[in-house]
Amino acid sequence: MIALELRAVSKHYGDDRNRVDALVEVDLTVEPGALVAVMGPSGSGKSTLLTIAGSLEDPTTGEVLVAGEPLSAMSRDAKARLRRRSIGYVFQDYNLLPGLTAVENVAMPLELDGRSARTARTAGMEALETLGLTERAEHFPDQLSGGERQRVSIARAIVGERRLLLADEPSGALDSVNGEAVMRLILAACRQGVAAVFVTHDAQLASWADRVVFIRDGRVVDQTTPAAGVESLLQSSPHRGPDR
Amino acid sequence: MSFRHAMLALLSEGPKYGLQLRHEFEARTGEVWPLNVGQVYTTLQRLERDGLVEPDDTGDDGPQKGFRITAQGAEDLATWLQTPPDLSLPPRDELVVKVLMALRVPGVNVHGIIQVHRRYLVELMQQWTRLKEDEAGYDLAFALAVDAEIFRLDSVVRWLDTADGRLKRAAVEPAQPAPAGIPRIRRRVGVRP
Repeated sequence: MIALELRAVSKHYGDDRNRVDALVEVDLTVEPGALVAVMGPSGSGKSTLLTIAGSLEDPTTGEVLVAGEPLSAMSRDAKARLRRRSIGYVFQDYNLLPGLTAVENVAMPLELDGRSARTARTAGMEALETLGLTERAEHFPDQLSGGERQRVSIARAIVGERRLLLADEPSGALDSVNGEAVMRLILAACRQGVAAVFVTHDAQLASWADRVVFIRDGRVVDQTTPAAGVESLLQSSPHRGPDR
Repeated sequence: MSFRHAMLALLSEGPKYGLQLRHEFEARTGEVWPLNVGQVYTTLQRLERDGLVEPDDTGDDGPQKGFRITAQGAEDLATWLQTPPDLSLPPRDELVVKVLMALRVPGVNVHGIIQVHRRYLVELMQQWTRLKEDEAGYDLAFALAVDAEIFRLDSVVRWLDTADGRLKRAAVEPAQPAPAGIPRIRRRVGVRP
């Protein structure tokens, strides 16, 4: 089953005279376990694509399917439930609640979904452990470094049985080493079967993806060939980079 | 790249013979830059001619000729390590020339040209990143060499992104008249009008 599918998705703002085309006929398919980067400059529509994929906004035309289910056929409640249960979000500015500890932040989506506080906390601790944050579980966000906060937000995005992770510039404010650590965590989640889409303007970040989709002026203009040279490269010469 | 000084750096640890220098150079650079053994021997001969290395007769390595660094060689190495390479003049980069020339060719979509090159560079970066994902955690030299390559490619992508944005703006904004003095600056940074 395809984890996420956008079919001819368009999004317009404004009226006919002052129409802004944020997205134009965008098609995107993301298989389970795949890590896809959407790369483009500011104002190219990449953040709109992410909010529509995550059911936070409706497209003007076109269809979004999450795990095969069309969002247009869902009630508001059903969409809210889908967001709580199946989709994890990672934001550039982390979006952690300052009054809650790390583990409370991570457990919150499960509690909102009706799990007992105890079950949610156990799952939260497990997710934090995966990301090496067990000892920081009782700290508040302002007691954590930027890298740690982003790891907490990734833990919150993958807690429970989430199968789709959506991230907006996930290593935005972090230095390269911490940014790389964040990408390794997202990639590790994908290798466990989670499908992930992240948007970025940064080629280094995008290069962690299995596939990079280029977006310009709301249109998908190009994409990289899925890992074409990599396998042969590794088979022929495991220690060497591309021939030059 | 200065193989001469890389050889001197390896010899600064103690006497070594040619094949050993080749293996160690490749290992220290994460095997990103393969080296043929002929290059090693030619370099050693020149270093010996210049008095920077000398034959080492103390070793017990049979017929293989060992070398050790001389005092002059150590001095030369120390100077090299602290001397920044000359980056003052921009290299005549083929990609830059292609994009600049594309601007002059009628009917060419420069944004399309830029995207072709951007995709190629990002694909290369994906390959390097994948190598880093698989191996770099275990080998510091390899991680550093791969980082250097990724940053180099990234700087080219950034230039393409900037060029793309600049061209888009230029298409909607009228060109400003160039203030006096620009041609002189152009000559100084090596850009020919």
